[in-house]
Amino acid sequence: MDAKFDIQDLNVYWDGNLLLKKVTLRIPSCQILGVIGPAGSGKTTFIRSLDRMNELEPGFKMEGRILLDGEDIYAPGYDAVTLRKKVGMVFALPVALPMSIYENIVYGPRLAGIRNHDQLGGLVEQSLQAAFMWDEVKDRLEMSGLRLSGGQQQRLCLARVLAMEPEVILLDEPCSGLDPISTAKIEEALTALKKKYTIILVTNNTKQAARIADQTAFFLMGELIEIGPTDRIFTAPIHKQTDDYVTGRFG
Amino acid sequence: MSLIGEKGVRRILSITAFSAISALLLIALFILTEGLPFIFRYGLHDFLLESDWDPQTGKFGIFPMVAASLWVTFGAMVVGAPLGVAGAIFLSEFVPKSVMRVVKPTIELLAAIPSVVYGFIGVMVLAPLIRTQLGGPGLSLLAASIILGIMILPTVISISIDSIQAVPQSYREGSLALGATTWQTIHMVTVKAAKSGIIASIILGMGRAIGETMAVIMVAGNSVRIPESPLDSVRSLTANIALEMSYATGLHRQALFATGVILFVGIIILNSIAIVALRKRVYKK
Ligand SMILES: Nc1ncnc2c1ncn2[C@@H]1O[C@H](COP(=O)(O)OP(=O)(O)O)[C@@H](O)[C@H]1O
Ligand SMILES: [Mg+2]
Repeated sequence: MDAKFDIQDLNVYWDGNLLLKKVTLRIPSCQILGVIGPAGSGKTTFIRSLDRMNELEPGFKMEGRILLDGEDIYAPGYDAVTLRKKVGMVFALPVALPMSIYENIVYGPRLAGIRNHDQLGGLVEQSLQAAFMWDEVKDRLEMSGLRLSGGQQQRLCLARVLAMEPEVILLDEPCSGLDPISTAKIEEALTALKKKYTIILVTNNTKQAARIADQTAFFLMGELIEIGPTDRIFTAPIHKQTDDYVTGRFG
Repeated sequence: MSLIGEKGVRRILSITAFSAISALLLIALFILTEGLPFIFRYGLHDFLLESDWDPQTGKFGIFPMVAASLWVTFGAMVVGAPLGVAGAIFLSEFVPKSVMRVVKPTIELLAAIPSVVYGFIGVMVLAPLIRTQLGGPGLSLLAASIILGIMILPTVISISIDSIQAVPQSYREGSLALGATTWQTIHMVTVKAAKSGIIASIILGMGRAIGETMAVIMVAGNSVRIPESPLDSVRSLTANIALEMSYATGLHRQALFATGVILFVGIIILNSIAIVALRKRVYKK
């Protein structure tokens, strides 16, 4: 199987406490992997290990291996900045950078060395189209991104990740603060995007995983309880805890 | 408390506040009434832009002092602003929070060192160094710029740190997650977002430099002349007032008050710009 990410025996410690326990899974490309589980089960910690955002905070320690296309991303010579250009991240809180909509989107490409004006313009249109918001903002690209609504800012965050032309897109509860219409737009965008990208979607809304994920992984108290095709996880889970969680009988 | 009661407390507080404010207003009023008539009689143009300062013969052109004050302030900014802003960036982005809790109050404490101490260091260490290494009298525009540049550091650093720390962490994370390095994040996002606060810190520092008196008298040399080189001895507006007030009478005395009016207006302008810049920071969201 051609796994994009191959995660082997991942242990993560925060301030010496073991919070992710022996997580092992393979993530294939061109699919959406849904990650579900109750708050505090380690979903954010897991997804932030994949683009090495955890190490920016004090108290982080990890063991095990995470391979991206067969390469260990925590190997001493592996550059985190290069990694983050390949693995884009959309956060739970939709926060545009304090600059115009246009600048928000060309930020990543400029860092990657693209200076050509037409090329940047093309990227802006393309990625806003892909995030289903081109028509809403095409006439006001110079407006500050901070003045968009929450739902629009979140799609802007998705667009600016797409503009970097990454290989993997990580999303950490991207719809947790959004209205149903914005949520639907994001889901629609993700479903269209999975043809080209590997998408890992952490969600606190099990129905969202059921709607758009090809595979679903269930985390509980730092452990990966079960992973499998979404249909099977929701209709015939192997573990009782998974069944309890997806049917809402948890706790 | 019940002895005085809520109303009583409020009355005492308002009387205190009122007397503090009126004392300040009275001082401002006093300076203006002493200084403004002189400016009207002598002419603002002649007063500000003539270079002859000779109280004995009735010549009161303060241009050399205006030039000296502007140059000294500019020099202090050239020395203090880059150091202060770079220091603030380093302290807020690279030093752990626990260390910052000690370092920041320590820096703010530096503002409490009396200016005579800074002046003393300038006279004993800096001026001789300039004299032997660069020439000139040593007590000079350069010496004053360096000493003042150091004196404004606490103001610049502390206000810059506040505005850098006010930048939401999510901006930094967003930038790093897009593949920016720490440095790119600092100059393309963090410093940009904190810009108005940083500018305000520099302007407030300039206000402090232009008003500083004791340290400047000690290290600037105090010759009344338009500076031609950083090694020249100069006299600032503040130094002029302090040096001559003890024996000034009549017109001379009024001219010194008028000098005070000029300083007063200059500092009010600087501080207003800083306040506007700081307010912009709050509203920008
Ligand atoms: N930066 C951090 N420092 C210390 N502990 C953390 C940090 N981030 C997360 N944790 C801890 O890790 C555990 C898992 O949290 P998280 O990964 O955010 O779970 P989830 O996203 O599933 O809600 C929690 O107990 C949390 O307190
Ligand atoms: Mg989380």
